[in-house]
Amino acid sequence: MSKFIFGRYLPLSSVVHRLDPRNKLLLSFCYIILVFLANSWVSYLILIAMTLGAIWASKIRLGFFLRGIRPLIWLIIFTVILQLLFSPTGGHVYWHWAFINITQFGVINAGYIFIRFLLIIMMSTLLTLSTQPLDIATGLASLMKPLRWVKVPVDTLAMMLSIALRFVPTLMDEAQKIMNAQRARGVDFGEGGLIKQAKSLIPLMVPLFMSAFNRAEDLSTAMEARGYQDSEHRSQYRILTWQRRDTVTWLIFGVGLILILISRRW
Amino acid sequence: MSIWFKHVSYTYQAGTPLATAALTDVSLRVPDHGYLAIIGHTGSGKSTLIQQLNALLKPTSGELVIDDFTITPQTTNADLKPLRRHVGMVFQFPESQLFEETIQKDIAFGPQNFGMAPADAAALAIEMLDLVGLDESYAQRSPFELSGGQMRRVAIAGVLAMHPQILILDEPTAGLDPQGRQEMMTLFDRLHREQGLTIVLVTHQMEDVATYAEQVAVMRQGKLVKSGTPQEIFADPAWLQANQLAVPRAAQFAQELTQRGFSWPAGLPLTADALAAQLAAQWPQRGDRHV
Repeated sequence: MSKFIFGRYLPLSSVVHRLDPRNKLLLSFCYIILVFLANSWVSYLILIAMTLGAIWASKIRLGFFLRGIRPLIWLIIFTVILQLLFSPTGGHVYWHWAFINITQFGVINAGYIFIRFLLIIMMSTLLTLSTQPLDIATGLASLMKPLRWVKVPVDTLAMMLSIALRFVPTLMDEAQKIMNAQRARGVDFGEGGLIKQAKSLIPLMVPLFMSAFNRAEDLSTAMEARGYQDSEHRSQYRILTWQRRDTVTWLIFGVGLILILISRRW
Repeated sequence: MSIWFKHVSYTYQAGTPLATAALTDVSLRVPDHGYLAIIGHTGSGKSTLIQQLNALLKPTSGELVIDDFTITPQTTNADLKPLRRHVGMVFQFPESQLFEETIQKDIAFGPQNFGMAPADAAALAIEMLDLVGLDESYAQRSPFELSGGQMRRVAIAGVLAMHPQILILDEPTAGLDPQGRQEMMTLFDRLHREQGLTIVLVTHQMEDVATYAEQVAVMRQGKLVKSGTPQEIFADPAWLQANQLAVPRAAQFAQELTQRGFSWPAGLPLTADALAAQLAAQWPQRGDRHV
C-alpha cells in the first residue's frame, strides 16, 4: 500500500503547488481531452514534452512518478496486449492465427494506448501530489457552483466532500490500527483461499463501520453545538484567487493545443 | 529468556521522499518476568518501539531477540504466528477491536485463531471475563451495548485469553475513570507477580510507573535517552523537566520536603506509601530535634 503514490499529497513548494486548485482541476480535465485528440507521433511528442515540463516545474523527482506507476503497469500491459491481439484488420498483417491478428494498425494503436495511459496517470498523479485534498474539495465545490441553477445541493455536496476527504487519512489510520490489533490476536490478512481471505476481513470491517458510525454521531453533535444548521448562506474561510501564473498555464496549454491540432492526422 | 533489542532502528516508508526515522539505534534488555515502563513525550517513538515486539513492524536495521524468537529485517511474516501468541498486545483504546456478536465469542476469537477448540475457547472466555471483573451474565451480550470502560475490559480479556508470556500495554488506562484505572493496573500487577508475565507498559502516568515498574526506559525523538530503575530516573527532576516529563506527585512532594531539611536515608520515595513509611520511621526522632 505504501508504494501506491496515486492520490497522495507531497508537500513541496513549487509553482505547480501554488496554482489555483480550480485551475489545476480544469487543466487536468482539458488535458485529458487533449490526450484523446492527439493521434500522430508528433502530437504525442508535444504532449510528452508538456507533461515532463509540468513535472519538472513541480520539483518532484521523475523517478518517484515512475515508481508510483509501477503498481498500475499490469493494467496498462493487459489493455495494450488486448489492443494488440484483437484490433480490426488494417495495414500490413505481421502474424495471423485463427481470430488473432497482429497488424500494423494494431501495433500503432497499442503504442498510442500505452502512451495515453501513461500520460493521463502521470498528470492526475501530479494533480494529487501537488494539491492538498482540502484544496481539491474547495476547488471542486467552486467549479460546481453553476449546478445550483438546476437544483443540485452544491453546498451540501461540498460539505460532504470536504468531510469525506478530511476523514480518509483518519479512517486509514484507524483501519491500520484495527488490522494490527487483529493481527496480534492471530488473524492472517491476505492469506489462504478466497473465502478464508474474505472471512478474515470481518474482524476489520465490523469495527471500522462501528467506529465510522460513532464518529459520525460525535461529529454531527459537535457541528450542531457550533451552530451549523444547514449548508446554505455560509460564508467562506478559504477564498481562492486566480493569479497571473494561472493565466500563464492556460497560455502554455493554448500553444500546446494549437500545435497538437496542427500535427494531428485529420 | 528475555527481550533484547540490539541496535534496532526503524524508518517509516523507507526509500521514499516521505521516509521518517522513528527509531534510531535502540539497545535495551528486559529480563525474564520483568516490568518495563516506557515513557517519553508524544511522538517520541514509544508506540513504534512496542510494535516491534510482536513484529507488526520489523526493524529496518538491527535485531530483536524475544525468548526463542529472533526478528531481523529479513524475517518473513510466515514465521510470526507463534510469536504473536507468545507476545500479547493491548493497543491504545483496544475497545475498537471488538467485532463479534457476543462478548464470549469475541474473547474466544484469539485462542481459536491459535488453534484452540471452540468449546475450550468458550469456557476460557468465561474464565477471562471473571478475571477482568465482569460476571458471567455478560457472556451472551453484544459488545456494542457496553459502556466504554466495560468494552475495554472485554478487549483486554480477549488478549489475556491467548495466555501470552509477554504482555504489552499501550496506555491501557487512557480515558478510564480513577477507579477503573486502579482496577486495571492492579490486575496487570497481579498477573505479573502471580503468573510471572513480563510486562511492557507505555504510559504518561508517572504514578503507575513509580508504583509498578521495575525498569524504566525514556524515549526522545526515536532514541533511548535513559534507562534504569524508577529510583534512578526520577532522582533528577530537572532532567525530566527538560525532557517534558513529570515526576510522580509523591516524589515531587518529597523533594519539596528535602528543601525544608528532610532527608531520605532509604532513597527518594516515589509512591505515597513509600513516602508515608519513611515519614513514619522519622516520626519518633522529631521530638528530640525541637524543630
